[in-house]
Amino acid sequence: MIGVGKMKQYTNVLDKPLSKGKQEVSLSAFAFLFSELVQYNQTQVDNIAELERRLEDAGYAVGARVLELLCHRDKGNRRETRLLGILSFVHSTVWKVLFGKVADSLEKGTEHEDEYMISEKELLVNRFISVPKDMGTFNCGAFVAGIVRGVLDSAGFPAVVTAHFVPMEGQQRPRTTILIKFTEEVLRREARLG
Amino acid sequence: MAPLVPRSGDAIFANVERVNAELFTLTYGAMVRQLLTDLEEVEEVNKQLDQMGYNIGIRLIDEFLAKSNVSRCVDFKESADVIAKVGFKMFLGITATVTNWDADGTSCSLILEDNPLVDFVELPDTCQGLYYCNVLSGVIRGALEMVSMKTEVTWVRDMLRGDDAYELRVKLLKQVPEEYPYKDDE
Repeated sequence: MIGVGKMKQYTNVLDKPLSKGKQEVSLSAFAFLFSELVQYNQTQVDNIAELERRLEDAGYAVGARVLELLCHRDKGNRRETRLLGILSFVHSTVWKVLFGKVADSLEKGTEHEDEYMISEKELLVNRFISVPKDMGTFNCGAFVAGIVRGVLDSAGFPAVVTAHFVPMEGQQRPRTTILIKFTEEVLRREARLG
Repeated sequence: MAPLVPRSGDAIFANVERVNAELFTLTYGAMVRQLLTDLEEVEEVNKQLDQMGYNIGIRLIDEFLAKSNVSRCVDFKESADVIAKVGFKMFLGITATVTNWDADGTSCSLILEDNPLVDFVELPDTCQGLYYCNVLSGVIRGALEMVSMKTEVTWVRDMLRGDDAYELRVKLLKQVPEEYPYKDDE
């Protein structure tokens, strides 16, 4: 029903009940929008690192809000305080809500203590994108890396997050790995908590 | 070959791949925020959003025609109906109503009953001139232009600005006669 009257306009957005988050839009609607986001940002930069940084910034804004939203709705206003807890929250809860599935894998880096990796065979944002040859290592996954960084940072786990293509044997398309490198303070705190 | 029967918006929406609306909403929000930071002027942001919508519209119409089996609409009235009942449903999962036709049937209002773009959004005082959903008007303009209809699409009511509904005014400026590649048919 529409036309409920002028009263409604002054309701604060926080006074509205939180939706259950089951609404959907078509994948194409998202893909079209995302492609415009990438193309617009392309006009604002003159190198690839800058373009990735801007996409990451956009993702960061999404991530920060997703953390808040999911903590309210799914976790009874609690958030994770331990490293493995927050990582599995990203890998399972956040991924499930945003992309409809749990991420393909979550691994700990073998060479460095502070590195973790989330891998996805076909990342949603890379599905309709083919990177032109002259754009080298550009990866739209930077947007998702930004989402991950936004969630981690807002939860008190600052980290450097980057997206990389990893070629897969026997597969035409590479998979995308999101590399998370936590800052020292996070590891120190984690060690102290034991 | 039997003519294809146009499919209902619901049937198409049920069959296409879908994503969580919150991802869509938040991504759109992040984009609008980037534009506000980059362009500084609210007017410029309105223009840029409309341009982006237009770019989407001219691409989206292909998918729309391919999946909906809708053939040529006899008049502007039918086009408006198809946008409201099939177009909005198929891409955003929402429906719109068409009302307020003018006497010669060249302009009407689309009223959105639900608008996934604006969840979690509140316009701050500094952005009062912003047409937050301006991308939608661009999409409609772009898509209709690809089927030979030049239109002008403007916001009449916007709940983010304190109105009681979302209302888009679509005005048909002119119907561009199509030039057929006759030779190809011979």
